[in-house]
Amino acid sequence: MALPRTALLWSGLFILTWLLSAWSKSLAEAMDLSWMVKYPTAWVFPLKDYISGAMRWLVEDATFGLFTFTDATRALAWLIEKPYELVRALLSSGFERGFGRDAVQIVPPLSWLAVLAGVMALGHYARDWILAAIVGTSFAYLATFGQWDSAMITLASVVIAVPIGVAGGLFLGIQAYRHPLFDRLLKPLLDLMQTIPIFAYLVPILFMFGFGPVSALVATVIYAMPPMVRVTTMALKAVDPEIKDFGIMSGCTRHQITWRILVPSARGSLMLGVNQVIMLSLNMVIIASMIGAGGLGFDVLSSLRRLDIGGGFEAGIAIVILAIAIDRLSQAFAERDGNTAPVSTEISVLRRHPRSFIVLAVLILSMSIGQFAPMFQTYPEAQTLTTGAFWSETVKFLNISYFDQFEAVKIFFLKGFMLPIKRFFLGIPWPWMIGIVVLLGWKFGDWKLALINGLMALFIVTTGMWSKAMITVYLCGASVLIASVIGIPLGVLAAVNKRAGAIIGVVIDTLQTLPSFVYLIPVVMLFRIGDFTAMIAIVLYSLTPAVRYTAHGVASVSSELIEAGVVSGCTRWQILTRIRLPLALPDILLGINQTIMLALSMLVITALVGTRDLGQEVYIALTKADTGRGIVAGLAIAFIAIIADRIISASARNARIRFGLEAAHD
Amino acid sequence: MNGQPKLSCHNVWKLYGPGAEDYLHKNPEATLEQITAADLIPAVRGANIDIHDGEIFVIMGLSGSGKSTLVRCLSRLIEPTAGELHFNGQDLRRVSEREMIDIRRHKLGMVFQHFALLPHLTVLQNVAFPLSIQGQSKTRAEARAREVIRLVGLEGRETYFPRQLSGGQQQRVGIARSLAVEPELWFLDEPFSALDPLIRREMQDEFLRLQALLKKTIVFITHDFDEAIRLADRIAIMKDGAVIQVATPEELVLNPASHYVEEFTRHIPRAKVMSVGSVMTRCEVGQSDSAPGDGGPGNGDQVATIPENARIADVAHAVVSAAAPLTVVDETGNTTGTISREAVISVLIGPGPAP
Repeated sequence: MALPRTALLWSGLFILTWLLSAWSKSLAEAMDLSWMVKYPTAWVFPLKDYISGAMRWLVEDATFGLFTFTDATRALAWLIEKPYELVRALLSSGFERGFGRDAVQIVPPLSWLAVLAGVMALGHYARDWILAAIVGTSFAYLATFGQWDSAMITLASVVIAVPIGVAGGLFLGIQAYRHPLFDRLLKPLLDLMQTIPIFAYLVPILFMFGFGPVSALVATVIYAMPPMVRVTTMALKAVDPEIKDFGIMSGCTRHQITWRILVPSARGSLMLGVNQVIMLSLNMVIIASMIGAGGLGFDVLSSLRRLDIGGGFEAGIAIVILAIAIDRLSQAFAERDGNTAPVSTEISVLRRHPRSFIVLAVLILSMSIGQFAPMFQTYPEAQTLTTGAFWSETVKFLNISYFDQFEAVKIFFLKGFMLPIKRFFLGIPWPWMIGIVVLLGWKFGDWKLALINGLMALFIVTTGMWSKAMITVYLCGASVLIASVIGIPLGVLAAVNKRAGAIIGVVIDTLQTLPSFVYLIPVVMLFRIGDFTAMIAIVLYSLTPAVRYTAHGVASVSSELIEAGVVSGCTRWQILTRIRLPLALPDILLGINQTIMLALSMLVITALVGTRDLGQEVYIALTKADTGRGIVAGLAIAFIAIIADRIISASARNARIRFGLEAAHD
Repeated sequence: MNGQPKLSCHNVWKLYGPGAEDYLHKNPEATLEQITAADLIPAVRGANIDIHDGEIFVIMGLSGSGKSTLVRCLSRLIEPTAGELHFNGQDLRRVSEREMIDIRRHKLGMVFQHFALLPHLTVLQNVAFPLSIQGQSKTRAEARAREVIRLVGLEGRETYFPRQLSGGQQQRVGIARSLAVEPELWFLDEPFSALDPLIRREMQDEFLRLQALLKKTIVFITHDFDEAIRLADRIAIMKDGAVIQVATPEELVLNPASHYVEEFTRHIPRAKVMSVGSVMTRCEVGQSDSAPGDGGPGNGDQVATIPENARIADVAHAVVSAAAPLTVVDETGNTTGTISREAVISVLIGPGPAP
């Protein structure tokens, strides 16, 4: 066991780095090496200008012979826009003739009662009356709290984005399953897609499709599709090879094998992918409203900009409720698979489809009565409730009465915790930091990892992103530290205490369903803008995996080992610290890894509350439609994520090998 | 065993690893050690098998012996590295993909170890699946499916889903499904290995009953020597990818080709595999007291006769309890010899008489 020596080595290195960081400025001045502390502007490689140039060429000059690049994007936009307009007309705006102010509504949108009946029928069809009640209450909430119109616009974009995302993901996933080469090419691209912050690719999309719902839909699809691709490939690979052999032996063609054997057999797992696409699409709602999606996302965003706490909170809650309703529905559909008894065809059409007929009846009745009594058509505005004023008042009250306390907490954390970390990271000379990253890669992985780490870090330096990247690392590091300090004990508690586990499980599930933006609202209310607010929002958003992985790791330690501990006379505390925690270490590491990934993705969103990191850089690029700047900053964030991911995954693997949970060579 | 074999495979090889084909081309006689030294994995080595019309041909081997790979080479689920395959005289390795699909749709059936039922379809839909793949109409496919479901004794469970059935019932569905297209050649890949011993026994009986009814040509894979003995007309024993002996159960027990085969046969009660003919005292054919036709065990007013091809275990009781040696007759009823109590007892309790 060379552990104590390595520990000594690492702590020595840390102290050295810390000293260097503290004295680097004076040291650099004394030795005339200021380029080491601050990367000279003259050395910056103007990659972002090249990218912007290439983008401009693509949009203005690129041509495929018969048609130009712009023609292609316009055709694509048309393909997406038409169905979207149809669905939006159905749910929200109605069918109109004419344009602008002269528009005359020919057919009104579906009445709110009909939509309500429709989703309840879906709930009952997918599971039971309880689900129907949950979904119904959710939609009734949207109506009574005056969020109906916005919610229907959001729903329309989800209704369009999800099928495109699912179909595209399924297609790419099947191709990757069929052609291993394609799979190998696709994988790193998917990795990058999931680590690059969404904002970074909003800019090129904006360039190609312009501001509007189409851009928002394209961005949503791109964001929501990768998990579907992965799930598809994995689910198809997991189909029992015997079932595939059976398909071949009964003389299926390739097409029949895919669509009649593989895809139906994998339906359960595929539905999980669909659920993921739905949740990610809803997650994207607010961000997509930055490039032209209307609906609830736009309401949240504009409230946030106006610091209208109440309005933002209500719209945010509406998104959550819509998300929960759709999530429960899609999960019920996934689990419903194979639980249906075939319906006899002898009974009448009406008896066979009772729900469809009830919904149809509600639709016709409410829309015809609605001609005379509008409350059957649209929920009467006079009857809506609003809690906006209440929230605003509460926050005002809290801020007036407890301003000093909140401020004290904030300053305490800023001064005592965040600023030292920030100074530490900003002070490290960049060649030293690159050296450490390479060393870590080499120590935990192999020379390949060291090389990749070095190249990625070098990219960040040479594109002139270094100091912003260090602020990113600081903010992310501080948040992950706090998330781990809170999350790991909670995970342990959830694993060893059943009742606590149940409560924590519910809280964690809820936290995970919420769109990331929602976390910002209450925190901004209390602490206003700044790094501290950003950190709290990031901690809340990224807490889940730390808790979940720890709980899983601690709970899945083999009961034989626990018994061995008990028999040798361990106290409960000793069992926890000597047996459970060490063996759960690989899982805990993976949990922290996931926490870092989520923290980095949240970082970009917190740019809205005035951080100064790479996220802010991406956000500024978005507002200025500067493609190169956005992509370079986005890549820098992705590289930080990849470096952290590879190092931690490698060390988790080392731990697993040390415990004999995994073979040394795979 | 007359005429052309239904399925014949000649010198079939399957090696895994990079450059397997080239290697085999250069070293057509490579031994196990040479192949392993070349970093290739030998799954099947130079297998020669002829399967005749209407016989139950069992391929027996322990796990990793290559039996599953061999049967997958025979059905071309796996492309062999080298060798020839003939089905009804047609070169299977030369047929186009389209033709192969056609052969599979109409002439081959397969039962799998873990049933391989489609989880999202009901029993009826599962059994009708191979028919609907061919493009048959739903009513026709379902009518035929109901027929085979009745044949395997599952009527009344047509609307169940696979997971609502026990293992034995699931395999009955698998059997029904493979029989729905009336295959000429029926592959069964360890069909009963995943079942409990009692159910396994029951399914073996069921299988023999079906075969007596349908008279298919069968390739049956198993790792269970008792099962092989019980079901087989002929057995091929595999080890390390090579077929080391092809013989009837009786020949295997009496003349094992190697020490390895002997290991298997040692614990097999000889009475279960040895036939009356192999231990009887021969006499001139036709020297019969009874007229041809009225022979047969326990039949007629004279001394009971027993058939020559009966297994000792099945007639032991009759022979041992009889006062005098019994007359043995062949299939046409001609007397071929007699069998004494001593001969049967020595098979039952000790090593058989020295040849």
